[in-house]
Amino acid sequence: MRTNDVMLQTATKVVTFIILMFAVHIFFAGHYTPGGGFVGGLLTTSAIVLLMLAFDVKTVKKILPINYVIMTAVGLLIAIATAAASIIFDVPFFTHAYDYFDLPLFGKTSLHSAMLFDAGVYLVVVGVTMTIIQTIGEDE
Amino acid sequence: MTMSNMLLFPILIPLVFATILMVFPKNVRMQRIVAAAGTLFTLIASLFLLVKVNNDGVQAITLGSWPAPFGISMVSDLLSVLLVISSSLITLFVVLYSFPSIGIKREQSFYYPAVLFLMTGVNGAFTTGDIFNLFVFVEVLLMASYTLIVHGGEKPQLRESIKYLLVNIISSALFVAAVAFLYSVTGTLNMADLAVKIPQIESTGILTVIAVLFLVVFGFKAAIFPLYFWLPGSYHAPPMPILALFGALLTKVGVYAIMRTYTLFFVMNTGFTHELLGIVAILTILAGCVGALAYFDVKKIIIYNIIIAVGVILFGVSQLNEAGVQGSVFYLIHDMLIKAALFFLVGIIAVLFGTTDLRKMGGLIKTYPVLGWVYLIAAFGLAGIPPLSGFPGKLLIVQGGFEGPQFWGSLVILATSLIVLLSVVRIFIYAFWGNPVETMPVTKTVYRQMFVPTVILVSFTVVLGVGAEFFMPLISGAGEVLLNPALYIDAVLKE
Repeated sequence: MRTNDVMLQTATKVVTFIILMFAVHIFFAGHYTPGGGFVGGLLTTSAIVLLMLAFDVKTVKKILPINYVIMTAVGLLIAIATAAASIIFDVPFFTHAYDYFDLPLFGKTSLHSAMLFDAGVYLVVVGVTMTIIQTIGEDE
Repeated sequence: MTMSNMLLFPILIPLVFATILMVFPKNVRMQRIVAAAGTLFTLIASLFLLVKVNNDGVQAITLGSWPAPFGISMVSDLLSVLLVISSSLITLFVVLYSFPSIGIKREQSFYYPAVLFLMTGVNGAFTTGDIFNLFVFVEVLLMASYTLIVHGGEKPQLRESIKYLLVNIISSALFVAAVAFLYSVTGTLNMADLAVKIPQIESTGILTVIAVLFLVVFGFKAAIFPLYFWLPGSYHAPPMPILALFGALLTKVGVYAIMRTYTLFFVMNTGFTHELLGIVAILTILAGCVGALAYFDVKKIIIYNIIIAVGVILFGVSQLNEAGVQGSVFYLIHDMLIKAALFFLVGIIAVLFGTTDLRKMGGLIKTYPVLGWVYLIAAFGLAGIPPLSGFPGKLLIVQGGFEGPQFWGSLVILATSLIVLLSVVRIFIYAFWGNPVETMPVTKTVYRQMFVPTVILVSFTVVLGVGAEFFMPLISGAGEVLLNPALYIDAVLKE
């Protein structure tokens, strides 16, 4: 008999978004305060894992139809491309660039190409951890 | 465009291609084409790099535009570029040899990405100029090798991969500990900077301990006596193309790391460290010889020959003179090529008989004469019969031993060459002579697809041996950088 887990599911619906927002915050904070792509990715994964615990693997697959292997590959490509952009400018590999921009709403903001590299790391971390959890979870 | 990043291309190209291959695992045709293209481009890039290094001297770049000891330096001298070319060439042939022999199922489950990630790790380990970055690249190639050793999930593979994983995780933990000790003593991780700092430190006792700890770490990877125990079992488990890749590349990274550290910066107490290395190398040769004679299994015989070759190369390094070091460089390159070729050949023999047991084979020379003669040439090349490729390297190593402190080591190498010859000729006698044994039905195309890359690889080793005179300037250039660390240091820490 299936137990009624309405409490868990309702709480998850709220908490998941809080975790996801926190993950995004941690990811963007990485340059000046503790955080970055790795923890941001792990937090995102934990939000998805919470969904899997409250519902089940199939439902989560339906709401997030993502191929995590391809996500890993895309993350790797973003990271390599960020580092390899320096080849075009003929400076040593991995040389980053940054500048200050006046963005609407945010005001004066520094944008750094290291963030693109971190975005790659973020995607790889989410992709790899989700692949591990999904493969073990679906194993009979 | 001056292409200051050129020395990174042999690392970046396989990395990018491996990542692209992850996107469409089920399309075998595309997997094959992209994998072959990736390895071919890597080979071409490394050949361009050789021309550059040969013309302009040691190439160095510090990533991220940081000044030299603070960023990660990548250094390409003649030794590393020659090894990168050899590994790229071998990976290309392993990919070609895999088409008919590895099986569609394996090809559809990320086989080629794993091979290319392994290539990334190997080429990176040969090119890096930073001791912790060397650790990272060694982990990259080990992760890929974990995937490959268990790939297919047969029972012996599962059993042996557990042992392989355990040994390598322990040795990697030791590697981190050794790097931590070195960092706490010297305060730097850049190899060129280490070479500057270490001679300034007066207490050599702790540095000798660290040098021996690094010998243990790299000895696990390179399979030296008595740390080779994991290798025969682990290498016996995976299918032949993977075994050829492992046998030709993986232990050689450990050998290269010992060569680099023991010529560049662990030279403060050679009386102890290099004598220890020489003795261990000779014991490695003897242990390998026992194994090479003991088995009737074609895979096992060649696997034990890997261990013998590791001993021979390291003995040359331990002498720390011109002949010994040059001989080691030559023998290292020869051994990578010949081991891949021999594994390819015994792979074909094993497929034809449907077994790896020598006692169930016989009479193949009547039905496959060309295969027999090609095998004999490769076997003579391995044993070091002139004018084949095993000869010049071993000659120089033996000469280095006679000039150096351990002349008895040279006598052991000369004597054990006969055992090496005996061990591989036994395969020839059992498999090709005698009464014909019924062979498995193998279609002409499959046989040809396996045989053609093998023959080309064997002919490369013949060219390396016969044309030794032509290759010698490159080899002696590589030896020169090893014996004069100042060349390496100046290239990295240029003002």
